[in-house]
Amino acid sequence: MSEEQAAAHENASEHGEHHDHTKHYLKIYGALLVLAFISFLGPEVGPTIGEMLGQPGIGRAIVLFTAFGIALVKAYLVASEFMHLKMEKKYISYLMFTSLAFMLLFFSAVAPDVLNHQGAIHEIETAEGIITIPQWENIAAKAEIQRVLEQSGAAGNH
Amino acid sequence: MKPIATTRSATGIPTGRLAVWWVIVSEIVIFGGLLASYIMHRIGHPEWANYSIHTNIYAGAFNTWVLLTSSFFAVCAHNAVEMGNNKKAAKLLMVTTGFGLVFLVVKFFEWSHEIELGYTITANTFWSFYYTAAGIHGLHVIAGMILMIWIANDVRQNKEVQRVELIANYWHFVDLVWVFLFPLLYIAK
Repeated sequence: MSEEQAAAHENASEHGEHHDHTKHYLKIYGALLVLAFISFLGPEVGPTIGEMLGQPGIGRAIVLFTAFGIALVKAYLVASEFMHLKMEKKYISYLMFTSLAFMLLFFSAVAPDVLNHQGAIHEIETAEGIITIPQWENIAAKAEIQRVLEQSGAAGNH
Repeated sequence: MKPIATTRSATGIPTGRLAVWWVIVSEIVIFGGLLASYIMHRIGHPEWANYSIHTNIYAGAFNTWVLLTSSFFAVCAHNAVEMGNNKKAAKLLMVTTGFGLVFLVVKFFEWSHEIELGYTITANTFWSFYYTAAGIHGLHVIAGMILMIWIANDVRQNKEVQRVELIANYWHFVDLVWVFLFPLLYIAK
């Protein structure tokens, strides 16, 4: 819905008049379906394009973009048009962004520990010479990754 | 006596609608936390790619269509009530509920098949995340359906019609969560 339409809607609401927005919602619904179809096609088409170009990275980028880039567009359409966030008081958007900001804070605080399976490497001088050891190590995670990847590699060889 | 949510608007937003926005904001933290944890583990554990290939993208895509369609009917119910057509709004809410039921039936068959293959909630951390995220989302679908039936019944009798917008907003949020669950659990293999 354009800003003019939004203003017209608000004005109409204030005066107790309402217009039928079914056609507008139908257009948004159509756009959402097209976007959903593209995100469904991404994993089918992306890797093929990557192979054709001899660049598997491009294929992966296409899949990621069609999956998550399009998910963001779909989320925006649902929030702004179906939930009428565009026409809502600004502080509702601020509330939502605040909770998202806290999420980002949580993510950035915890991610280094989860994404890495060992800490910074320390060099220690011993009688035998300098040895390097990680500050901390998630042995269980490393073992699990190795076990499953070896298992799938062995399955792939058979 | 009318509920306070229908008679007071201290912030410039009717209290009922403001309350639903607060529910949604707190849900962002709940689902956001879960999904952020999933993303962290998914990136940190390359072996999860071996597990995620077993999720059924066709079932996920079909359920995406189901929820987007249900959201369309929910917004149409809101539109109908604004036009003063309460009976139509009640019917559209029931159609939305019907799509919620279709979503749950698909989920039931999908999970049954996965459990039969041994991919249970205790199989490994990937499946634990999968069932937890989709399960909590499913509970929100069930809660939304119950509320919608209740509200549709009231609206049919021209009672508490402002609640149509409130339940529609909640339902759109449930749809919005699925918009992110679908690529995370079904597409990113």
